[in-house]
Amino acid sequence: MDERFEIRIDGRTYEVERGTTVAAALLNAGVTRFHDAPGGEPRAPLCGMGICFECMVRINGEEGCLACQTVCRRGMEVVTR
Amino acid sequence: MSHVKMQGSIVVVGVGPAGIAAAWAAAEAGGDVLMVDNGAAAGGQIWRGGKALDRLSTKWLRRLERAKGIRRVGALVVSAEADRKLLLAETAEGGSVGVRYEKLILATGARERFLPFAGWTLPGVVGAGGLQALVKSGLDVRGKRVVLAGSGPLLLAVADLLREREATVVLIAEQARMAAIMRFGMKLASAPAKLIQAVVLKARLATVPYLTGCWVERAEGAERLKSVMLNQGGRRWRVECDYLGTGFGLIPNMELAGLLGCETGPGGVVVDARQRTSVEGVYCAGEAAGIGGVDKSLAEGEIAGWAAAGQEDTARALEGVRAKQLGFAAALGEAFGLREELKGLVTAETVVCRCEDVRMGALEGMEDWREAKLQTRCGMGRCQGRVCGGALEFLKGWTPAVVKPPVFPARVATMVAEDEV
Ligand SMILES: Cc1cc2nc3c(=O)[nH]c(=O)nc-3n(C[C@H](O)[C@H](O)[C@H](O)COP(=O)(O)OP(=O)(O)OC[C@H]3O[C@@H](n4cnc5c(N)ncnc54)[C@H](O)[C@@H]3O)c2cc1C
Ligand code: FES
Repeated sequence: MDERFEIRIDGRTYEVERGTTVAAALLNAGVTRFHDAPGGEPRAPLCGMGICFECMVRINGEEGCLACQTVCRRGMEVVTR
Repeated sequence: MSHVKMQGSIVVVGVGPAGIAAAWAAAEAGGDVLMVDNGAAAGGQIWRGGKALDRLSTKWLRRLERAKGIRRVGALVVSAEADRKLLLAETAEGGSVGVRYEKLILATGARERFLPFAGWTLPGVVGAGGLQALVKSGLDVRGKRVVLAGSGPLLLAVADLLREREATVVLIAEQARMAAIMRFGMKLASAPAKLIQAVVLKARLATVPYLTGCWVERAEGAERLKSVMLNQGGRRWRVECDYLGTGFGLIPNMELAGLLGCETGPGGVVVDARQRTSVEGVYCAGEAAGIGGVDKSLAEGEIAGWAAAGQEDTARALEGVRAKQLGFAAALGEAFGLREELKGLVTAETVVCRCEDVRMGALEGMEDWREAKLQTRCGMGRCQGRVCGGALEFLKGWTPAVVKPPVFPARVATMVAEDEV
């Protein structure tokens, strides 16, 4: 079960454990700015349960994905902001 | 995009404790049950991830696994129509699912209430339950300094998990007064299981300062959280930390019930002793019908399941258990009532609606949600007021406006498919 694999966050490679959500992986990688508020301030996960939309990132080219509701898959490409 | 049609004589929304108990009872009674939940594994907020934690969760997850006649579909319900007895849901892959029901049991649970204060939008400021969810889904908190602040027993449960995962819980700031919590503790004595739970938690957390009548006035930092300013009875001091987990109790998820036309109150969806809502054939159980914890959710879920399947007598036999749990829920609400001073933490500059960056000052002089939505973008962003709604209910006494479908931003394909169901 302790399977580990790689994903890419803003062009850099990170190793994650199977079952980790994208939100947890990003925070573990030291990402603090997931997306920008309309006023330009940095925002990051608040609710952790798919309600607040503060964890939005681009995953495999799709904009506006909820990082807290998405489990990491091998080779996933995540882009913040 | 794919569109699937499904039906069940009894459809349950939510696979948390209430939904599990409801589905199990309905299936025991011989019903054909279909469960719909957006979470990947069964368990809801408390047994998140479907990992068996204790005897209670093991018992119920096993019951669910072994029950005959329960089907499950993983999809988020985004729209509902009472006259056509129809739900519309969306899968993670973008497919849409139309679900027809004869009886519907809503077990949609609750979410955290967030209250705004200076700096609450800084990265590093997370919901208390939100932090718990992140940790359970892989966030590494080893060696991180965490302050937990807000209100309610959830703060203790989160502290316990954080300590187990080797974080340093610097302190827990509970806004309620010690006297109120003590009174609550006395009432707990009548509910032995809960008492044991509370004592165990307290013992395990013995080294973590639990400050009552205390709250975070301000979160500080430039790009991310660096420290918080605490206030306890006028004494102010700064504490450095990596995360602030904050939450002020729970709010029932009533959007679906609202769409279906069920009567709702400030405390939850209005139900009778059999968990029937004001709409024929629609039941509601668990936190959605009023905050009260896992035992209440289980009792109400079972009642709803038996009642929906026509087993009135079995449902009636659980009335005593239900009444006891409602008593506990009332005591809980009283002990952790939110104090007026918290309103003072919001200034004209404080962001209230995070999605649209609406500040409190922009809402000055406004009477209700209707006015706010006409004149600002407050509550009109992606979360559809789920975050600011709970805050403004407390700050301004505004009851959340009636929801319009979809209750979650739906993909276009799902909305189109609705007409074809
Ligand atoms: C963030 C958070 C953390 C918590 N942690 C604890 C804890 O550690 N210990 C504790 O004792 N209590 C905890 N609670 C309290 C908890 O709510 C109850 O103990 C218990 O889980 C309630 O059971 P329930 O079945 O009523 O609701 P829930 O467990 O919340 O289950 C509701 C389910 O409905 C689903 N759902 C909601 N809307 C839809 C929709 N539109 N479409 C499809 N599915 C939907 C949700 O995904 C969820 O799985 C927590 C609550 C929250 C909000
Ligand atoms: S953190 Fe709130 S939606 Fe993901």
